Order: sequence, then structure tokens, then C-alpha cells
Amino acid sequence: MGSSAEVIRPGSPSEATSAYGDGAGAAVLAGGTLLVPDLHFGRARPERVIMLGDAGLSYVTRSNGTVTIGATTPVDALVGESSPLGPCAASIGDNEIRAQATVGGNLCAPAGFGDLQGPLLALGATARSAGAGGERSESLEDFLTDRSGRLLLDVTYAEPAAGAFASLGRPHAHHYTVMAVSGVRTVDGATQLAVVGAGTVGSRLRSAEALAGDAEAAGDAAGDAVNPSDDPLASGWYRTRTLPALVKQVLSELEASA
Amino acid sequence: MNIIVNGNNRTVESPPLTPLLHVLREELDVLSPKAGCENGGCGACTVLIDGAPRRSCLTAVGSVPDAEVTTVEGLGAPETMSDVQQAFVHYCAAQCGFCTPGMIIAATAYLEGGGSADRVEISEALAGHVCRCTGYLKILDAVAAARDGGFDLSTTAESPHTTVLT
Ligand SMILES: Cc1cc2nc3c(=O)[nH]c(=O)nc-3n(C[C@H](O)[C@H](O)[C@H](O)COP(=O)(O)OP(=O)(O)OC[C@H]3O[C@@H](n4cnc5c(N)ncnc54)[C@H](O)[C@@H]3O)c2cc1C
Ligand code: FES
Ligand code: FES
Repeated sequence: MGSSAEVIRPGSPSEATSAYGDGAGAAVLAGGTLLVPDLHFGRARPERVIMLGDAGLSYVTRSNGTVTIGATTPVDALVGESSPLGPCAASIGDNEIRAQATVGGNLCAPAGFGDLQGPLLALGATARSAGAGGERSESLEDFLTDRSGRLLLDVTYAEPAAGAFASLGRPHAHHYTVMAVSGVRTVDGATQLAVVGAGTVGSRLRSAEALAGDAEAAGDAAGDAVNPSDDPLASGWYRTRTLPALVKQVLSELEASA
Repeated sequence: MNIIVNGNNRTVESPPLTPLLHVLREELDVLSPKAGCENGGCGACTVLIDGAPRRSCLTAVGSVPDAEVTTVEGLGAPETMSDVQQAFVHYCAAQCGFCTPGMIIAATAYLEGGGSADRVEISEALAGHVCRCTGYLKILDAVAAARDGGFDLSTTAESPHTTVLT
């Protein structure tokens, strides 16, 4: 047990980017809530580990309605944000986990975690990352389709006019989220919806968005659009049947707050 | 590297990716933090790092150089127990005792942060801590009572637990 990987502690974002390079053989250690036991038990065996704690990537900045969240910002720093981000952050783990876990670690976590993907996808966030080919900015949706070999630096989104979050309630802090839907009304009046728990990463519910004026039809369209598999938390059948109800709840909350 | 454990400067030889839990237990012989799940799920390993409760099994020692680490040993000795420790004894809030160091550390941080005696708020603060023995109620009672100054065990006549049993 234990890892003998080389440890690098960059002191700034640019040092982190150059230490990461093309990411070959590297693991990024942010809060460590997933990676530290993985390293200890040999489930992860990188050649080098980049500790991000001093890399200057913990920040939340706001300017002209745009919010930027650094990758190592702890999850509990987001609990006070408006819906859907705040309520989603508050539902992650327990207070000790939320204080240690980071936003970047959450967005880059393996399937089964990554609850913050939902609200940030619904917010239409942009992800800035470094890796082979240098730095790039793309939609979080594109980033999530292939995160390998990328060091996430921050995410940016425009503050919405309204937001809503609905999750299958967890009986205890130790239960992971089965499924959650996030919804946003943009300042232009568009409705954006995203789900976590219906696939290996979160996804936008575009067919439901197009029917947002009719909550019933939007819920059904969302159910038709996903094909979740079974996992220890819930069957794919259960998830498919539950999604329409969460979509309807989010749309009615958005309607009420309009 | 160095860390400060319960006020004492300690040199650490373990590799930097070693979980703090194992540094404390296996290198530094500080045995109150318990290795329960070793994956973040039980809270038995929680210690204070610079005053904040953290799972030591999820914390690579190399990520907290020079940190001040406090374990239950640093809160009080048997003859000089803290308010929370005294309240745990008074309410029989420990049974097998495996979860107790993590519970006491988390409760101490909660009360030092101004936490109230409200049972729901205490439950939130201790949500990451699993107890397989007590059923939690005595733990909640103890933390709520410690809010008001705990107990001086040398003068407190009977524990409520004794009363229930007789
Ligand atoms: C008891 C417990 C409860 C939990 N509950 C929840 C929950 O309710 N919901 C949930 O979503 N998760 C949950 N988690 C999982 C985890 O804590 C969170 O997903 C957390 O946000 C991960 O962040 P971290 O900083 O700790 O990640 P780390 O462990 O540091 O890293 C996780 C992964 O992401 C990679 N990574 C980290 N930062 C970056 C970056 N900037 N760029 C590229 N890759 C990166 C790492 O290399 C690693 O593969 C729980 C974990 C535990 C132990
Ligand atoms: S041993 Fe650390 S949380 Fe269980
Ligand atoms: S007293 Fe046994 S686990 Fe809590």
C-alpha cells in the first residue's frame, strides 16, 4: 500500500499548467476526497501527482453578471449561491467533505459522483483547461465528453434570471445522489435543463428544454431521451421513470419564481 | 516535513502521499483517530487541522505541511477532560468507543464555532459520523449539554443513564 509517485506542488496557475504538461502519467490531487484513498490502496498508480493546494486556483469572482469559479474552490464555498448551484452544493456529502472537496475534483470525478455537473451544465458554463495543445475554453458539455489529459482551471457562467433544483432525497449524508435535475431561466428567457444520474456524466436535456412551456410533455421527452443503466444505487428503469417527475418539479419552480 | 500534533512539533518521515491517519497512528503513535472505512465514509478518523474538522484518511500528509493537528489526546487528559469529553462520559455517549474520537472532535469544532444545542443542527454537524452502537440519541444529548458548559464529573451526582437503568 501507499504511493511512491513523484509529488509536485505548483505555487501558481502557470506553474500548475507547466507541471501538468500533456498530463501523461499525472494525477491531479485537489481536495483528495476520492484520490487519496485511491492512491493509498493502489487503485490509482500515477507516475506523478500534482498537488493543487497552493496553485492559486481557489476563487469565486463576479463581474458584469459573469461568475468564475476556480477549480480548487471548496464545495462549501458555493452553498450560499442561488439555485440550482447553492442547493446542489449543500446536498453533497457532509460538512467535512464539503469543506475539503473541490469544484474541479467534483467535475472531474469518475461516474457516480460529480453532482455539480448538473447545475453548471444547466447554467451553460464554460470550462477553461490546460493540457496537450495548451489552454482552451469550451462548453462544460464538451469538456465532460473527454476530460482525460486535461487540467481544469476554472468554470465561468452568466448569472441566470431564475434557477431551480430537484433531487431524489437522500435518507442520509452517506447516500450518493441517485438523480437530480437542475434548471435555469436565462436573462434572455431561455430554459436550460440538465440531469445527473442518468448516464456516466451529467447531460443537458435539450428535447425537454424545447417543450419547457408544457411541463408534462417536457417531462416525458426527458424520460424518452435518456437510457440509464443499472447500478448499485438504482435500476435504469427506476431512473427513467423518475426523471419526468423531477423535470416537472424544476419547471414548476422556475415558473413560480418568474 | 513537520507537523504540530497536539502542540508538539513532530518530524514526519512517511512519504507525502501517506494519509495523515496512518502518519498519526503508525509513525507518530497517536492512536485516538481510528481507521474505520479509510475511504471517507465513517468519520472515525476525523481530527482538527488548523482548527477545522477533517477526515485524516482523505488527507495526504504532504498537503498539510506545518499544520496544527489536534486529536482527542490534545483536548484533555482523563483528569482534565474538556466539556465535550465530560458530557460524553456523563451521558454514556460512547459504547464500543470506535466512533467516539471522531464524534468528540467534530462536536468540539461545532461548539467552538458557536453551534447551538438544537438537535437538528447538531445532527447536521455530525452527519459524516457513523455510530453502530449508541443509536445517536445520547451523543446528541451530550453535545447539547456541553453547549451549556459541560459537566464537572467530580460534583455531578448521577448520570441520566444510571437513572434510566435503576
Ligand atoms: C463520504 C463521501 C461523500 C461524498 N458525497 C458526494 C456527493 O454527495 N456528491 C458528489 O458529487 N460527490 C460526493 N463525494 C465524492 C467527492 O467527495 C466529490 O465528488 C468531490 O467534489 C471530489 O473533489 P476532490 O477535490 O476531493 O477530488 P480529488 O479526490 O482531489 O480528485 C478526484 C478526481 O478528479 C481529478 N481532478 C481533481 N481536480 C482536477 C482538476 N482541476 N483538473 C483535472 N482533474 C482533476 C483527480 O485527479 C481525481 O481523478 C463524496 C465522497 C465521500 C468520501
Ligand atoms: S476512516 Fe476516515 S472516514 Fe472512515
Ligand atoms: S460507540 Fe460504537 S460505534 Fe459509536
